[in-house]
This record gives sequence, C-alpha cells and structure tokens, in this order.
Amino acid sequence: MSLLVLNHISHAYGHFAVVKDLSLKLGEGEIGCLLGTSGCGKTTVLRLIAGFETPSEGRILLRDELIATHERQVAPEKRRIGMVFQDYALFPHLNIAANIGFGLRDHAADKANTRVEELLAIVGLAGLGHKFPHELSGGQQQRVALARALAPRPHLLLLDEPFSNLDVELRERLSLEVRNILKQTGTAAILVTHDQHEAFAVADVIGIMHTGRIEQWDTPYNLYHRPATRQVADFVGQGVFLPGQVIDRDTVAIELGMLKSQLPLECTQSCMTCGKGCALDILIRPDDIVHDDNAPTQAKVAAKAFRGADFLYTLKLASGAQVLSLVPSHHNHAIGEHIGIRLDVDHVVAFRQIA
Amino acid sequence: MSFFAQLDLSVIGPSLPFIWTGLLFTVKLTLIAMTGGIILGTLLALARLSPIAPLAMAATWYVNLMRSIPLLMVILWFFLIIPLLTGKPMGAENSAIITFTLFEAAYYSEIMRAGIQSVPRGQVMAGQAIGMTYWQTMGHVVLPQAFRNMLPILLTQTIILFQDTSLVYAIGAKDLLKAAEIAGKNYNRPIEMYIFVAFVYFVICFALSRLVKHLQSRIAIIR
Repeated sequence: MSLLVLNHISHAYGHFAVVKDLSLKLGEGEIGCLLGTSGCGKTTVLRLIAGFETPSEGRILLRDELIATHERQVAPEKRRIGMVFQDYALFPHLNIAANIGFGLRDHAADKANTRVEELLAIVGLAGLGHKFPHELSGGQQQRVALARALAPRPHLLLLDEPFSNLDVELRERLSLEVRNILKQTGTAAILVTHDQHEAFAVADVIGIMHTGRIEQWDTPYNLYHRPATRQVADFVGQGVFLPGQVIDRDTVAIELGMLKSQLPLECTQSCMTCGKGCALDILIRPDDIVHDDNAPTQAKVAAKAFRGADFLYTLKLASGAQVLSLVPSHHNHAIGEHIGIRLDVDHVVAFRQIA
Repeated sequence: MSFFAQLDLSVIGPSLPFIWTGLLFTVKLTLIAMTGGIILGTLLALARLSPIAPLAMAATWYVNLMRSIPLLMVILWFFLIIPLLTGKPMGAENSAIITFTLFEAAYYSEIMRAGIQSVPRGQVMAGQAIGMTYWQTMGHVVLPQAFRNMLPILLTQTIILFQDTSLVYAIGAKDLLKAAEIAGKNYNRPIEMYIFVAFVYFVICFALSRLVKHLQSRIAIIR
C-alpha cells in the first residue's frame, strides 16, 4: 500500500504553470526526494502536499484518504503532515522544550513532557530544553525543528531544503543523521533539495524535477546509471555527451572506439526503432574514462581540478570534443600534456541526437 | 521685577490633593483607552488582514476615518452623539473613556497590523504543520511575537495618548489639566498651576520614554 499518492497534479500561479501533470507514489517508511534546480516547482509540490496550496488538477491521497483535489482540501493542520523549513521557523518566543511540545497541546502534561524529553534525546539535544532558539547554532536549531515536526507523530514529514543554511561539513553530517532518525522512527518523508549529494545521502528514491514535471522517479543508483532522459543525465552526476553511431543491436562506435554493451543497447528515448547508422549521443561519465599510460589513445589535458583523492581532468580529444576523467591524484599531469586513456564503460547510456 | 520673582509657588502645595484627583482620572483614562484600544485595535488589524473582503474593507474604513478626523472633533462629536443614541446623559468622563478607546484603537490597529506582518509567514505554516488551527497559531505564535516586537511602539503611542487626554478639557472632564486650571482659578494663580502641571506631564512622559528605550534594547537582544 502506498502512503502518499500524487495523481496527475497540476498547479499554476495565475497563468504560469508551475507543476504539470505530476504523479508519484511513496511507500510507508520510505524517504523520497524531489531534486531539481531552483524554479523547477519542487517546493510548490511540497506545499501542495502540506496543504498550503490547492492543486488546479489532480488528486492527492494520504493512506488512501483523499486530502486534496481542486475543489476539496483537507486543512493543513488536519493532515498530520509535519514540515521542516529552510529557515527552521522555530518560535522565537518559546524555549526549545515548548517549541518541540507545541504540537502536543492536546496531550496530558506529563505525557507531553516525556515525549519532549524523548525527542530531545533522539536529536541529540538532551538537557537543552530550557534554552531559546537564538541561543543555539544553526545545526542545533534545525534539529529542534525536526524534533518539533516529529513530536505529534506525523504520517509524513516534509523537508524543504532543510540543510541549505548550514555549512558543507555540518550539512553532510546532519543529512546522514536525519536519515537515521527518520529510519529509526519509521517516518516517511519527502525532502526537497537542489543538492544531489544531499539527495543521495538521505533518500531511498529520488524524483528529478524539470520545469514542473518529474523526469524520473527512481533509486539514486538508477538515476546515475540509467537516466531516463537527457535532463536527468545532465543533472545527475558529471559527464559529457559524445556523438556515436549504431553499428548493430549492441555495438556503438564513438571517437574513442567501439562500445560493446553487456546490456542491450539502452536507447531509452525514442530511438528504439533507430537502426544501423543511427546517430546517437552517448553519455560518458568521468569514471568511464580510465587513465592508462600504455593506452594508444592520447588526449590533451585542457583543465584539471584537484579533489584530494583524485583529479578531475578535462581532456581534449583529437576531434576537439572534451571528456572528463577521474584519475587518482598521484597521477599529476600538467595542463597541455598528452596522456593515454581508454574506455571502461560498463553499460551504454544513449539518447537520440537532437537534430 | 522679573517674571520669576512674581511667581508664588506656595499655592501648589495646598492644591496637590485636588490636582491628584485630576491626575488619577488622566491615568485611568490612559490605561483604559490603552487596554481597550490595543484589544480592539488587534481585532481591527486581524479584520484588515482577513481574507473576508467586506470585513477587511469595513475595518480599513473605520481606521482611515478615525485617523483622518482631528481628535478634538471626535471628542466633541461623541460627547454630543452618545447621549442622543442611548437616550440618557453619560457624563464627560465616561464619554471621554469611550471616545479615546475607539479613537486610539485605530492607531493601535495600525501598529498591530505591522506587528502581525513582521512575523514571517513560515511561522504560521510551521504552526499549522504541527496541527494547530489558524486561530490557535494566531493566538499562540503570531500575536505573542507581534505584540513583543511592537511593544516599544505601542508604548510610544501610549505616551502620545497620555498627552492627548488633556483634550478632554474641551468637554469639561476633570483631568490633570482641568484640575490644575480649577486650582489656578481658586488661588487666582493660573500661571503657577500651568507651569506645575506641565512639569508633571514632562516627568511622567520622560520617564515612560526612557522605559521604552530600555525595552527596545532588551527586545533587540531576544530577536
């Protein structure tokens, strides 16, 4: 059974369509993520689920109960959907314990207190209940916001760019922590972010959003290795497209040689019918290009970025096309130098060339 | 002889008990008009921000009307009209209390409206996302913050209100100014009494404005 179902949801601000015919399903205890650039409509989807916006078309169901159509809206406070905001939105006039206990007003006082203590422990802030929000760091404030949202045991938790106000290191640590807390409490959640590292770290399943649509709703692994559309391939991970030509059902020729795919040729976008000689764009990830001094194929180092464990080289091929390559950092080559490379492609990702 | 040598400040002492009763009324009028004005003003502010168009419009009209008429005129008007509506005389003091409450509500409502709008919308959404209704969120989240943020300005308005209460002089209510005037007539020493009463106004208002300043710095830390 699905916990949350969005069925052909559309939404517009005035005449400007922000969400277009969007559908998704989220299971109990599952952590989903909407990943996309700013303005792609991901936050609007969150607000539609929370009940702060009304869909112009489509239906939203939570535990098989209809919570939103264009004519019927269950009020946000009746949905049992918690929310964590980018700016935390803690109540500045209340202390931490009162913030967390805010959603427990209809509980008996001692029960509410126990629950608050329990949550303070879960988010690692035990003993800080008497402090006020402005006395805590950003990371601590976001933990309080999480505890506050979890307190009334929501069916679903929504997280709107929850880590974007934090520094990188804290962001990584807190995102893992949040995932653990959600899994520990068995809370299903939807995270909205533009940061794919965050999405990969937290989510079980990710929807790549582009201009109001979900391009692909899939596991992080599949998004990276089997992108369904060009936008997904572009957005997730790094890589370049190289032109290729179909030789037969499982062989493609590109500048760097023949690609024999162990898998049937993945020609996911409208080129299934494309036969021999058909022109394709082949996605080449940085890990598909291996640096090998003995390799006959040479490429010129056009740019390099040191990343600690490895270098990300931008390499210029004979034709002028550029590829990226991830090389262990003891292979330190100068810009302008020619280095040997070979292809190591496990499976081919190809899209029909745009005319 | 100089101006100061002509003054006879000894008439102030015996007049103090009488002037005190006037001050008590001024303070009473200020406190009631402040409390009533803030409560009514908050309701007006909520009405103005309400999505219900006729309600918002009515509140807007009320506020604009009150703010566009000189206070002295409103005082005179109410003094003449209320007895006509109720059919019985009500006295200058009661009339003043009602007038000031209704008049000040318009000013307090603008302050409270700014205060409510100063609370980020995320606070309302955060309240609703934890299961609070709009009114619960308003009462427990938005208004406490709006009130706290606006406290210095509300008090500043109250200082102005305190000074404005002297206008009830016009309808003969016995406030601080009126009491001083009567005392001045009793001793035929109006100038001494007016100087003294000005001093009293100054001390009270100055002390209050220092308090506002102190509050402002304290609230600035909490934010």
